[in-house]
Amino acid sequence: MSKIFETPLYPYERSPDQEAVTPVRHKVVVIGAGPIGLGLAIDLALHDVPVVVLDDNDKVSFGSRAVCYAKRPLEILDRLGCGAPMVDKGVEWNLGKVFFDQRQIYDFNLLPEDGHKQPAFVNLQQYYFEDYMVARVRELQAEGKRIELRGGNKVVAIGDHPDHVHIEIETPEGPYELEADWLIACDGANSPTRRMMGLDFVGKVFEDNFLIADVVMEADFPTERWFWFDPPFNRGQSALLHKQPDNVWRIDFQIGWDIDRKEELKPENIDRRLRAMLGPDIKYELEWSSIYTFQCRRMERFHKGRVIFAGDAAHQVSPFGARGANSGLQDTDNLAWKLKLILDGTAPETLLDSYDAERIHGADENILNSTRSTDFITPKSEISRIFRDAVLDLAEAHEFARPFVNSGRLSVPAIYDGSPLNTPDGLDGGPERSRPGAPCPDVPLGAGYLLDRLGGGFTILSIDCEAEEAVTEGGVTATRLALSTKDDPTGALAQRYLGTAPSAVYLIRPDQHVAARFPEYDVQQIRFAIRRATGKE
Amino acid sequence: MAKLTLTRNIDAPDDFYAELIAAHEGLSKAESDALNARLVLTLANHIGDRAVLTEALAVAKSAG
Ligand SMILES: Cc1cc2nc3c(=O)[nH]c(=O)nc-3n(C[C@H](O)[C@H](O)[C@H](O)COP(=O)(O)OP(=O)(O)OC[C@H]3O[C@@H](n4cnc5c(N)ncnc54)[C@H](O)[C@@H]3O)c2cc1C
Repeated sequence: MSKIFETPLYPYERSPDQEAVTPVRHKVVVIGAGPIGLGLAIDLALHDVPVVVLDDNDKVSFGSRAVCYAKRPLEILDRLGCGAPMVDKGVEWNLGKVFFDQRQIYDFNLLPEDGHKQPAFVNLQQYYFEDYMVARVRELQAEGKRIELRGGNKVVAIGDHPDHVHIEIETPEGPYELEADWLIACDGANSPTRRMMGLDFVGKVFEDNFLIADVVMEADFPTERWFWFDPPFNRGQSALLHKQPDNVWRIDFQIGWDIDRKEELKPENIDRRLRAMLGPDIKYELEWSSIYTFQCRRMERFHKGRVIFAGDAAHQVSPFGARGANSGLQDTDNLAWKLKLILDGTAPETLLDSYDAERIHGADENILNSTRSTDFITPKSEISRIFRDAVLDLAEAHEFARPFVNSGRLSVPAIYDGSPLNTPDGLDGGPERSRPGAPCPDVPLGAGYLLDRLGGGFTILSIDCEAEEAVTEGGVTATRLALSTKDDPTGALAQRYLGTAPSAVYLIRPDQHVAARFPEYDVQQIRFAIRRATGKE
Repeated sequence: MAKLTLTRNIDAPDDFYAELIAAHEGLSKAESDALNARLVLTLANHIGDRAVLTEALAVAKSAG
């Protein structure tokens, strides 16, 4: 059986750029067609920014890699037009069980709030995710959007100049050169771009190895996340079992620091581990296996001159908590509209400083959470292990100890508190969750949802008050979405956007984060908030 | 500061002290360490107040 991740999806093709005598200049070149590079390219294409994506490979992610996608990235993917297949194909889950030694110590339910279009989480192999994104790229190309995917294009040198970036590329047919107004490096955790530019990537290395086995098996385990601390089949270590579509199960064994990688990856040794865990008689097929170590680190700044970093190239976290791809998509969500305004000349280049400020804040939150999970799962000292085991022993009988159990705090979106783009909160009694800097919480509206109505530009959301239909400030237009609590049968709109205020006007950014909010419409305030949200105040 | 009670607060302190020591009787060092850890967590939850807990950590650290 040929697997989806073994089939070339964007094989090398000769580009007319390769014939050019002087390097062809493009507005935006993206390095890397991983989930983050593809996400950015689709977003830019939707903003009508022409984009060229270069990747030295021509296939989707080898093996499953990321499997867990959270609500906010699903919302972003939905805006990009590839959320629906993810949710349709993905496995939704809300239940988790925690085991310690021989016994189950408790279970939990994520209890997702009602009234959101997207589920709390879906599990899906990364190769499907990338496959859907490539399909979306093809769809946009068919609609005439200028988005190009060049496989077999390996970037080997970069020159950062004041008004452009020079790029040297190797292909199966020899080298060529390109220029770009902006270069976005989405070239993964080992980012060659970062290395070529001599930029730091500092943080913490965890001295531990994890063996991943993705196996295809008919098993009647429920669709739940099972996590073991110190189980009999993997003494002193942890293990994880999680379901993916097509009867693929993600199994993850912590195996310690001093190991022989080659030995551990031998099918007979993986088989021994699987049978110890799942029983001697299981029937399965090994789809993919890998050993990984991890690090929590980030770049000091996410852009330098005309080169911008996003995704794993800019920051790396441990997989506990599913934050890698999830947070990378929040990078591109944040970056695409800013780049669009800068290219249009309607925002200053310094708007990119807010990309650094907001996404470094997001990265730090992710690094903090994933470091804490890792410290709980793999205690670093004797006393840390004593407390960890004490928590697990107490958790079985006592509810109070369960919040301490940390097998990965699942990814939640960053709220850009303190961002230079926020206008101070003007809505007395407004809910905390929709304060300036927060991503807009979804709300059911008749047959649809609020997030579907926000579009891709700035929105003036008026609730129970008057406002103008559109305001243009410094070349940036915000269009109105008028809503009323009379059309709010579930009460979610009032609860999520008004709190105790009788009416409200929100200015919402193209990435669906709140820029400003006021009790009533005042055009001067909106104009100020637009200037501020575009880096002009 | 000074939300943490640092004046005497337990009736019959000799009784409590004896009970604490008795709880560890017959335990190995590892079992005692585990018991202490469970006790700290249980008491910490009862207190709940984050400022008080931070103060208690500082007091315990500085007394050693
Ligand atoms: C075991 C494991 C489990 C994970 N689980 C989760 C999870 O549940 N949820 C989650 O959100 N994240 C998870 N992650 C993280 C997730 O896989 C990554 O965060 C994500 O793939 C990062 O995407 P990216 O596009 O930034 O980088 P990558 O996917 O690494 O893509 C980089 C691309 O750049 C290309 N490239 C590199 N160098 C060059 C060059 N010189 N020229 C041209 N192209 C180049 C590569 O070919 C590649 O296609 C997991 C990761 C692992 C390893």
